[in-house]
Amino acid sequence: MFQIHCPHCGATREEEEFSYAGEAYIARPAKPEEATEAEWGDYLFMRKNTRGWFWEQWQHTAGCRKVFAVKRNTVSYEIAGTWTLAEGKELYLKESEA
Amino acid sequence: MSAYRVSRASQRINEKAPLTFRFDGKKYKGFAGDTLASALIANGVKLIGRSFKYGRPRGIVGHGAEEPNALIQLETGGHTVPDLKATQVELYEGLSATTTTGFPSLNFDLKGLAGQFSRFMPPGFYYKTFMGPAKAWPFYEEIIRKAAGYGRAPVDPDPEFYDHLHHHVDVLVVGGGACGLWAATLAGRAGLKTLLVDEQSEVGGWMLSDARAVIDGKPAMKWVSERLAELKSLSNVTVLTRTTAFAHHEQNLVQAVELVQDHLPIAQRVATTPRQRLHKIRAHHVVLASGAIERPLVYGNNDRPGVLTAAAGQTYLNRYGVAVGRKVLLLTHNDASYDTALDLAEAGSRVTLIDTRQRGAAAWRLDAAKKAGVELLLGYGIAEVQGGKAASGAKLVKLDPSCLTVTGKGPTLSADAILSSGGLTSTVHLFCHNNGRPYWNEERLSFVTPDEGRQGISVAGAVTGRWGLGEALAQTHASVSAMLIGFGRNPSSTCPVSEDQDIQPTRRVFRVPDGKPEGHGAKALVDFQNDVAAADIHLAVRENYRSIEHVKRYTALGFGTDQGKLSNVNGFAIAAEALGMPISQVGTTTYRPAYTPVTFGALAGSHVGDTFDPRRYTAMQSSHVSRGALFETVGQWMRPWYFPKGNETMHQAVDRECLATRNSVGVMDASTLGKIDIKGPDAREFLNRIYSNAWSKLDPGKCRYGLMLDENGMVMDDGVTACVADDHFYMTTTTGGAARVLNWLERWHQTEWPELKVRFTSVTDHWSTTAVVGPKSRAVLKKLCGDIDLSADAFKFMDWRDGTIAGVPARVCRISFSGELAYEINVDACYGHYIWEQVMEAGKEFDITPYGTETMHVLRAEKGFIIVGQDSDGSMSPIDLNMAWAVGMKKPFSFLGKRSLSRSDTTRSDRKQLVGLYTEDPKVVLAEGAQILSSRNTQAPADMQGHVTSSYHSAFLGRSIAMAVVKGGLKREGDTVYVWAHGKMHPAKVVSSVFVDQEGVRQHG
Ligand SMILES: [Zn+2]
Repeated sequence: MFQIHCPHCGATREEEEFSYAGEAYIARPAKPEEATEAEWGDYLFMRKNTRGWFWEQWQHTAGCRKVFAVKRNTVSYEIAGTWTLAEGKELYLKESEA
Repeated sequence: MSAYRVSRASQRINEKAPLTFRFDGKKYKGFAGDTLASALIANGVKLIGRSFKYGRPRGIVGHGAEEPNALIQLETGGHTVPDLKATQVELYEGLSATTTTGFPSLNFDLKGLAGQFSRFMPPGFYYKTFMGPAKAWPFYEEIIRKAAGYGRAPVDPDPEFYDHLHHHVDVLVVGGGACGLWAATLAGRAGLKTLLVDEQSEVGGWMLSDARAVIDGKPAMKWVSERLAELKSLSNVTVLTRTTAFAHHEQNLVQAVELVQDHLPIAQRVATTPRQRLHKIRAHHVVLASGAIERPLVYGNNDRPGVLTAAAGQTYLNRYGVAVGRKVLLLTHNDASYDTALDLAEAGSRVTLIDTRQRGAAAWRLDAAKKAGVELLLGYGIAEVQGGKAASGAKLVKLDPSCLTVTGKGPTLSADAILSSGGLTSTVHLFCHNNGRPYWNEERLSFVTPDEGRQGISVAGAVTGRWGLGEALAQTHASVSAMLIGFGRNPSSTCPVSEDQDIQPTRRVFRVPDGKPEGHGAKALVDFQNDVAAADIHLAVRENYRSIEHVKRYTALGFGTDQGKLSNVNGFAIAAEALGMPISQVGTTTYRPAYTPVTFGALAGSHVGDTFDPRRYTAMQSSHVSRGALFETVGQWMRPWYFPKGNETMHQAVDRECLATRNSVGVMDASTLGKIDIKGPDAREFLNRIYSNAWSKLDPGKCRYGLMLDENGMVMDDGVTACVADDHFYMTTTTGGAARVLNWLERWHQTEWPELKVRFTSVTDHWSTTAVVGPKSRAVLKKLCGDIDLSADAFKFMDWRDGTIAGVPARVCRISFSGELAYEINVDACYGHYIWEQVMEAGKEFDITPYGTETMHVLRAEKGFIIVGQDSDGSMSPIDLNMAWAVGMKKPFSFLGKRSLSRSDTTRSDRKQLVGLYTEDPKVVLAEGAQILSSRNTQAPADMQGHVTSSYHSAFLGRSIAMAVVKGGLKREGDTVYVWAHGKMHPAKVVSSVFVDQEGVRQHG
């Protein structure tokens, strides 16, 4: 049972208020029609399934309904931080480059 | 009667408050302050149960949460609780308990026979033996179920209730022994919001058992009561007794269960007070002062009734005033047991202390023991306990200094109680629940927590392996002071002092050798509850189980309700020896919640019965009730199911409701449909992306049916959306899908298309919807509405109009889920009941008929309209559902799911597709879910072609109809298929899924 900080509400609340919304920053192919079967399949079905630090989305479903980014460790369950999708994306991209 | 009551200065029972109780029907006496275990021992009751696998007679071994044997069934009927440990059941007047094992009886157990052949029942015996022909299993099961297992689950409703309480504290202290009390005192004095929980009826921990302990120059229990008084005087400190912290989760969430009323006679329990309360505690910091538990040594027949741990013997004596025997043998490898021997001798027992060490304890202890008349046998072990249903003595062996081999025979001594001490095991469970690991301390012979604790957790006292009271308090003081500095507080108190006496080092012994190869001597039990003997662990290793987790699963070591509190370390050590590895390398199995069993009642709390899940009612609820509706649950909604008249069956009522609607007019409460208000300049573009069909040309005043696909191209929801204005739409969703769809819209908008200016508001509860359905619906509306031109030309099918119905502003949609001329009147929910009644009144002359979900289902199935989630299951595309007309392949933006519609798997021609079925016998109503075959041949493997999704009797058609998904079904119209339903094969013809009015004339009327 996590306590999660919603960056939109500015409040730390119990997990019950939130819904898990999958891996973060999966880009939808810009032109799906041009995506090959393999590319589209990759987008639809393939996930990182990371052991360790992982960028994921949570939605404050029983609160402000906003989707936001959470960096969570899938082994220790530690939450490094939560950000709006836009703020988180910068950090995410920086980490991906590193 | 070997055990006896003695009056001890230290005792916590009240001799002036005698109690009576029953065990297995027989009446006994005890005192307030007793546990069921202490009272049974005092009454000379030794045989409490039979062991799990071999049916060996068993008695009480421990004195608390570690007890493996004495599992009892408390009370009967609704109050019954199975498998409580007698050592944890507080005695109350009139208590009634029974044994949980023994088939056919406790004195003669069938498994006992098996036990005599136990050489032939190695680990895995049941698996290996009963894997045999599947048909024989029910026969075995019948017998095994009777003979095996422990208590019986309650079958009557629980007359008591439970609740949950949330805490947010600075510091949670787990354990109310000397160290826990000192930790709470320091935190409390520093002004921190502090909660201390302790599992026993009163705080004190081991101080309740140790009559000799001294802190700050006074008897330890005096110091304990001073601390308790101080804690109670602090408004920032809460102390909860009878409260077991059983789980530690991420971010320092600790769950604890408080036994609020279990210790009271049932008749005295307060009806407005819960029986148990689950505490969910979020703590900035946890101080784990969970102590340690003494484990027994492993030796032959060490499981006989009358054989206990030394700590149990000491506790029963000092806390409960019960001496466990008149002639007691005490087998030990450590100094601490000498106190037990001295206490028992002082109380009048004849004690023989058998120390596996050649030189025994520190000199001063040897002197004290001799002075007290304790007989000392140094360098000896017990090879085998004698006696059957009660220990009567023991055969001793002489040990070499390493305690690994036998050097000679020892005396055979008689006794009526045998105690043993294999040292202490730190209670590290909570430290380890959430990924923490203990380490092996070879000097203290225990897995202990590291002194530095871990993030958010400090450790204090015996959990770190500090067995001496003085060293434990000093370590607690240091650890908690460091925590206070972390909180920005100044630790100012001075550490309490207790002098630890000199001790002789413990000699490393787990399995006491008996001079025979393992498996040839008397059975030496490691795990009492699961009947795991030392030989079983050796066998597991011989069969090449190398990981301790595998040894555990093969032998069942530590699997019981005691979670191996007595057995695990002995088991790990024996496995280590067999593997030829150090214990540190073997490690421990994984500690998982719960530390001790928790009742389902406590976990459920108040989420039971009417408060299990919210129930939603529409504004028309009282109208429905007054008309005799029966209800069904849809999501959380209570929806009218059908409205029986007189003695009508459901079938009769639904037939009547259907015919009335098709021939005149019916009315249905459609308020539960999800409704989402969508606004913004990009609302239309958003709908184009989220729905499979096109929205660009929908003008204000028009409605459209929309299909929502997921990215896999599969139908996930449907509903009608009205265009209110160019930038304003009113979407309806399925009743069950409302919340899911709103989240879906939000996610796509926020994650993928944040540039679209659009927002969503759930308005499900704001609108009430009355659907007036049937050829006479226009006539009914005409009576109620003067400002909308209802003529067929002015107000067409799939139009909507703003107007006034019975004086109430309304949004009227001409849409139909029945194929009939129909209007849905949407009004502010406050007027929902009023409008419904107005419609009923206006419709009287047409015999307007209210109908529920069942009739709605029949009417829509007659038209072949799908119900998402019934006729589709997340693997059906719009093409599969024969709804290609609802897919706008030419839309410029690649709407959700579009690309997937051309995936090779989605375009397979043999996909299951939605069709109608007419059974050959029109009276047969197929079972929904029934499997469809292409021939009568049922031989395996059957030729599965699909299944029935919807099936009803249609009164309008005078026959049965069914919707089904059939492989390649859209091209199989006219084919005959075979449906296996109700134990029979039914031929049926594949037909169009539109059964009534295929041209759609009626809804346009
Ligand atoms: Zn929020």
